[in-house]
Amino acid sequence: MSATTKSPTASDSRTASGSRTPSKAARLLGDRRLPVAVTALLFLLMYLGGLTRYQNFGFTEPQVFLNLFIDNGYLLVAAVGVTFVILSGGIDLSVGSVIGFTTMFTAWLVERQGLPLLVVIPMALAVGAFGGFLMGYVIHNFEIQPFIVTLAGLFLFRGLCLVISKESISISDSSVSSMAERQVSLGIGFLSLGAIISLVVLAVAFYVLHYTRFGRRVYAVGGNEQSALLMGLPQGGTKIAVYTVSGFCSALAGLLFTLYIQSGDPLHATGMELDAIAAVVIGGTLLTGGSGYVLGTLFGVLVLGLIKSLIQFEGTLSSWWTKIATGVLLCAFILIQRFMTTRRKT
Amino acid sequence: MAEPRPVLEMAGIVKEFPGVRALSDVDFRLFPGEIHALMGENGAGKSTLIKVLTGVHPLDGGTITLDGRSVRITSPLQAQQAGISTVYQEVNLCPNLSVAENIFIGREPTRMGRIQWKQLRRQAAELVERLGLDIDVGAPLSSYPLAVQQLVAIVRSLGTGTSTGGGEGPGTKVLILDEPTSSLDRDEVLQLFALMRRLKDEGVAILFVSHFLDQIYEVCDRMTVLRNGTLVGEHMVRDLDQVGLVQLMLGKAMGQLDELHDQQLHSHAGETLVRAEGLGRTGGIAPFDLEIRKGEVIGLAGLLGSGRTELARLLFGADQPDSGKVSIEGRQVSMSAPNDAIGAGVAFCSENRKSEGLVPDLTVRENIILALQASRGWTRPIPVAQRDELVAKYIKALDIRPANPEARVGQLSGGNQQKVLLARWLITQPKLLILDEPTRGIDIGAKAEIQKLVVSLSEDGMSVLYIAAELEEVLRLSHTIGVLRDRRLVAQIPNGPEITTTRILETIASGEHQ
Amino acid sequence: MTTAPATTAPVTPTSRWRALTRHHLFWPVAVLVLLLLVNVPFTPDFFSIRMADGHLYGSLVSIVLFGSPLILVAVGMTLVIATGGIDLSVGAVVAITGALACSYISDQSDQGALSGVLLAMGLGLLAAVVCGLWNGFLVARMGIQPIIATLIIMVAGRGVAQLITDGQIITINSEPYKLIGGGYWLTLPFSIFVVAAVVVVTVGLTRRTALGLLVEAVGGNAEASRLVGIRSRRIKIMVYMFCALCAGIAGLMISSNTSAADGNNAGLWIELDAILAVVIGGTSLLGGRFSVGGTVVGALVIQTLTTTIYTIGVPTQTNLVFKAAVVIAVCLMQSPKFRAKVFGARFGSRGSATPAAAPADSAAATEAAPKMEVS
Repeated sequence: MSATTKSPTASDSRTASGSRTPSKAARLLGDRRLPVAVTALLFLLMYLGGLTRYQNFGFTEPQVFLNLFIDNGYLLVAAVGVTFVILSGGIDLSVGSVIGFTTMFTAWLVERQGLPLLVVIPMALAVGAFGGFLMGYVIHNFEIQPFIVTLAGLFLFRGLCLVISKESISISDSSVSSMAERQVSLGIGFLSLGAIISLVVLAVAFYVLHYTRFGRRVYAVGGNEQSALLMGLPQGGTKIAVYTVSGFCSALAGLLFTLYIQSGDPLHATGMELDAIAAVVIGGTLLTGGSGYVLGTLFGVLVLGLIKSLIQFEGTLSSWWTKIATGVLLCAFILIQRFMTTRRKT
Repeated sequence: MAEPRPVLEMAGIVKEFPGVRALSDVDFRLFPGEIHALMGENGAGKSTLIKVLTGVHPLDGGTITLDGRSVRITSPLQAQQAGISTVYQEVNLCPNLSVAENIFIGREPTRMGRIQWKQLRRQAAELVERLGLDIDVGAPLSSYPLAVQQLVAIVRSLGTGTSTGGGEGPGTKVLILDEPTSSLDRDEVLQLFALMRRLKDEGVAILFVSHFLDQIYEVCDRMTVLRNGTLVGEHMVRDLDQVGLVQLMLGKAMGQLDELHDQQLHSHAGETLVRAEGLGRTGGIAPFDLEIRKGEVIGLAGLLGSGRTELARLLFGADQPDSGKVSIEGRQVSMSAPNDAIGAGVAFCSENRKSEGLVPDLTVRENIILALQASRGWTRPIPVAQRDELVAKYIKALDIRPANPEARVGQLSGGNQQKVLLARWLITQPKLLILDEPTRGIDIGAKAEIQKLVVSLSEDGMSVLYIAAELEEVLRLSHTIGVLRDRRLVAQIPNGPEITTTRILETIASGEHQ
Repeated sequence: MTTAPATTAPVTPTSRWRALTRHHLFWPVAVLVLLLLVNVPFTPDFFSIRMADGHLYGSLVSIVLFGSPLILVAVGMTLVIATGGIDLSVGAVVAITGALACSYISDQSDQGALSGVLLAMGLGLLAAVVCGLWNGFLVARMGIQPIIATLIIMVAGRGVAQLITDGQIITINSEPYKLIGGGYWLTLPFSIFVVAAVVVVTVGLTRRTALGLLVEAVGGNAEASRLVGIRSRRIKIMVYMFCALCAGIAGLMISSNTSAADGNNAGLWIELDAILAVVIGGTSLLGGRFSVGGTVVGALVIQTLTTTIYTIGVPTQTNLVFKAAVVIAVCLMQSPKFRAKVFGARFGSRGSATPAAAPADSAAATEAAPKMEVS
């Protein structure tokens, strides 16, 4: 707390509390929107870099940009769910497994059981949300760390994948492929149905987090859980709800992934929780909870997606460079965040 | 029928924790339009009673009647809805949210489920202004110091009870203030008191807990005294003088503290132990010069936030100074980390016992040897026999209870925890012992013991830097009194018969010593 | 504040039983024994150990053998968790170490040369320690949350391992290298000796010196530790390096056992199993008190579970589901709230029936407890 001079006489005390308002510069540096801006700027610079480097290889096509949404729509949805959890001060490691499970579950019901897709979709979403609810319930009611409970979730859902089938199930159902191929033209290019859905999810998440009491409770619980409880907020319900949201988003991401890849496989989306968490962190959300924006998560996902497409355009680089680049970026952003939070504190 | 009907009546309250009966058959009543003090030593059951009333702890027996209706309160939310608002000792707000949100969260004005941000900010600003506070409600709470955060907490608790507050609650009938003044300075306390009186006039029943007896006598009408989880009595404040109150609280007569009164009157002349020149830290304390002689007790006086703790932390290397130098016994010490200071024979007991002192999971023994072990490094453990002997010696010398070195330190009472911390440092045989509010939040018996200890340590040649909120305590113990104001060390006054609390207060107020 | 007279509980069978159940190793060992017993109806000779070709064989031996890498990683993880940290990067470190050692050996003209093998192992372990140093640096120097700091190597490390192996699975044919993970010595698998050595060294390091106390202090209250002059940064860096070293040894063992380095799959999910082992062993994820013995038992529980699933004929793919069930069961059993809810009054009365050393002081402690949570 820097600008805090106290006056000893009673007459001055009111102005004294006034002078405690932080300075402008400190405010800018302490502004919680700054990390999002940094990520957006990074994305812009990387994109411009791509434009200049690969301008003769078709990178200038607007569709390259739109493909980022198409190819990473499922990741965006999963990352939005994770954003809720991380904002509340928790963590969800089960995301990748729930996605994988949803692809298997959907493929199995549609292909092997012959259920219509329209019936399967709500079932899959319900299972994901219920899984999240259960994890939240255990985390809240038995006070077990989220890390370990969602780890159990990770094992459980991946195991259930294998219980359904050890082999991959490809989907040939016509309703799936027609849905997957549906495109929405934007004039400069097109977006897939999955990309549109992911953007809708993003918009809803933004509204919920900033314009509903539930959203503010998520921030409050992430800021100080004990306080939230003593302030009379239903902190337990909020926590359970947050994991339910994450489970729901993971299942939805799983459905989008199924559309994208048109198969179910017990090993689908292995480790995607890491990508989702990385996207959230790169998007400027503090892992300690209580600070961050879901819009930042969008930029986080876009940056990760852009790395993948840049490596594709480079051609000579192998796929593992994606992992290394993600790691390096993660590292850079963690250090930046660290630097900014220390500035805020002093 | 002389008395009006109480707004709140608790009868035969019982609360048990595993192995302990924290409250047994306690009655408590609260009338509308009164300020009621809940008195008792640590462990008397004050906090438990409040937590039962606010639904944090479930009730094990007894009844609660609110406004003539029997109620069962099972959660803080329910308590709030029933019209019982609480402000706790610690600021229980969310530092990451704005001031306005902290005031209104959980009852934000909404339309069709959508939060009306403009309305929310306007209402918050009005409320804050009406209470005479100048706070930017749009700024994050974390950008304000703790004292302001405390005021915001009080504003929040009133949010439902005022006409401008909005919200759907029935209005605050009972306002519980659990040690709200412990982190406020005098002006802020006055501001709070003014507010409390206004609310009292509006018919709100206020339950007030404070360790400061003077504050109780200044603002309260009635008091209930608890001891060891049982009700000792309910009295009108004007009918019970301070001595009587303390006797009720302790269950024994006073006098332990008086013995000390005349002991430390003359300033001390020994060789210089510590000399700080131009030591300072931006945002902490302005550069100061300070000399501490061997066997001298230096007391620091000043308001909360005047830089007392900051000065102590600089002398210990807990914060890094950005100017000046320190020499101990003539040798310059870098003071960039606590290790440097510890190596030079400085010890520091933080005012935050729990967050900066104890390792609650470890045993009493482990906590006691920690500092000595740290200075030896991990490769040279203290031999078992020597360790046990040292620990046993200090448990006995300081009368730590339970006298079990295997007990988990987190389960000890505040006073005993403080003694464990003292033992931890005494075992290292420091040359300078810094005690930052060692007597805060502990019972009067332990307080007296710690003060006696300071005197005897000083007689044995150890220098002590003593920080306490109560000026009398500082005056009683110190050879020299350092006065701080606005994060500056403004005067160093040799103690003597002519030095009184008033003189010190004048120095704090004027910023100079004539 | 007066102390209640300490009533000495009479030594009865029940009180002895109670003391036993309160021992920190009781539950982990109970689970392990139970799991082992489950095997008996399915494999009557489960506990028998027989000798063949001068080697000991048997289910118990193979549990320890296959569980060796996990025990190693989990022991290192215990210390990290005790400081209040966590190391997610151990799986990646396993992969890097194996990749580096194998690719060095495969480049040698004589893959069986002892000097080359030793150098390869040294190289691999050095890389592991460097990873640990980096983690420690981020956590202790830069003050980054451990879960995030180690996430970096968790993500990037596998990429690096694949880079080293060029995305291939490198197979080698080296007798001396084969020894650590797949060889025998004195009739027992050599890896058991490696594990025993590491466990003994760890226990010695932590309990014979003051390292254990300092680690527990740092994990129990970091700021208090700084203010008593514990060089917690140094301790944390050491602990992360030690953890990475353990992971490195495990990496050598895994690649030696299969005579191959697989950058993608070596040590996959081992960090989760290791954390699980630590938790089963009774060390809190919040840091503070730790138990290396508990961790070893925890790792054995996990390995036994895998073996059990195999022997009782449940399809192996349900392994993960069982693991999930165990995680939940163990965590629920350790959760005081769960016990209170499920066993309710029974556990409650048991608790209050033993006030032997519960002084009146704890009234103050219980009062203060919720405040502590705030800070």
